[in-house]
Amino acid sequence: MTVAYARLPVDPSEAWLEALRSDGARRRDAIADLHDLLLRAARFEIGRRRAALSFVRGEELDDLAVQAANDALVAVLAKLDDYRGASRFTTWAYKFALLEAGVRLRRRAWQGREVVLEPESWPAFADERPSAQRTTEDADLLRELQRAVREDLTPHQRDVFVALALNEVPIDVLAERLDTTRGALYKTLHDARTKLRRELAASGYLQEDS
Amino acid sequence: MSARNDRLQALLGPTDPQVSCEECFERLDEYVELELEGADAEARVPGMRAHLDGCPACREEHESLRTLAGR
Repeated sequence: MTVAYARLPVDPSEAWLEALRSDGARRRDAIADLHDLLLRAARFEIGRRRAALSFVRGEELDDLAVQAANDALVAVLAKLDDYRGASRFTTWAYKFALLEAGVRLRRRAWQGREVVLEPESWPAFADERPSAQRTTEDADLLRELQRAVREDLTPHQRDVFVALALNEVPIDVLAERLDTTRGALYKTLHDARTKLRRELAASGYLQEDS
Repeated sequence: MSARNDRLQALLGPTDPQVSCEECFERLDEYVELELEGADAEARVPGMRAHLDGCPACREEHESLRTLAGR
């Protein structure tokens, strides 16, 4: 790092902002420092998730970290005026690198895997509890839940609920496959869950507030 | 809570009002620093906890940011 922002006689966050808004070599140095910071955050995230990506070569993972840091740098610079000082500048900047790295890692982990959106994936849920061991109440509840998913959700809500809640497809993977955003998918999932809760409550399987 | 209820809870998500993924990202840094200070982060950012309970991707980013910022 070119400048030790935390040791400057001004607020470190202010020092970052001032340097990034300056001109010439000072700004270039600040951008290089910011890239270093974001790269550390991206590598940190990849280090945390490494176990789930044991089949990916270390070189490729480091490429992912660099790509994440590059995109995070662009995002941070574009949103600099949105920084309101609610946290340290470094914490604010870290979240962009963690988001970029996290999205890349989830997508890499699912690369080449089929995303199942069809109700055929239900048996995966049912099989977790063999019928012989399940109580009648559990079986009835499961049947009612299956019915509500089949009959009460819209086709899109059903696809999203089955993929995200049942099959545990990462939301960023589904967003990429359906050409949409994490936020839009989560809103759909939330609406589907609300509808299912209402249906289960109406059938007496769930209390309204549970 | 029974295993069945845990599974049902995971499928149906939290019931409390919650922020969106966009709002979560917007205020995640503030929320994490409030947590690290020992402040009542949920009171300052209502609906964040429920969202983190219901959204695995945002939850992972919260955990990472909290660890990274707390170093």
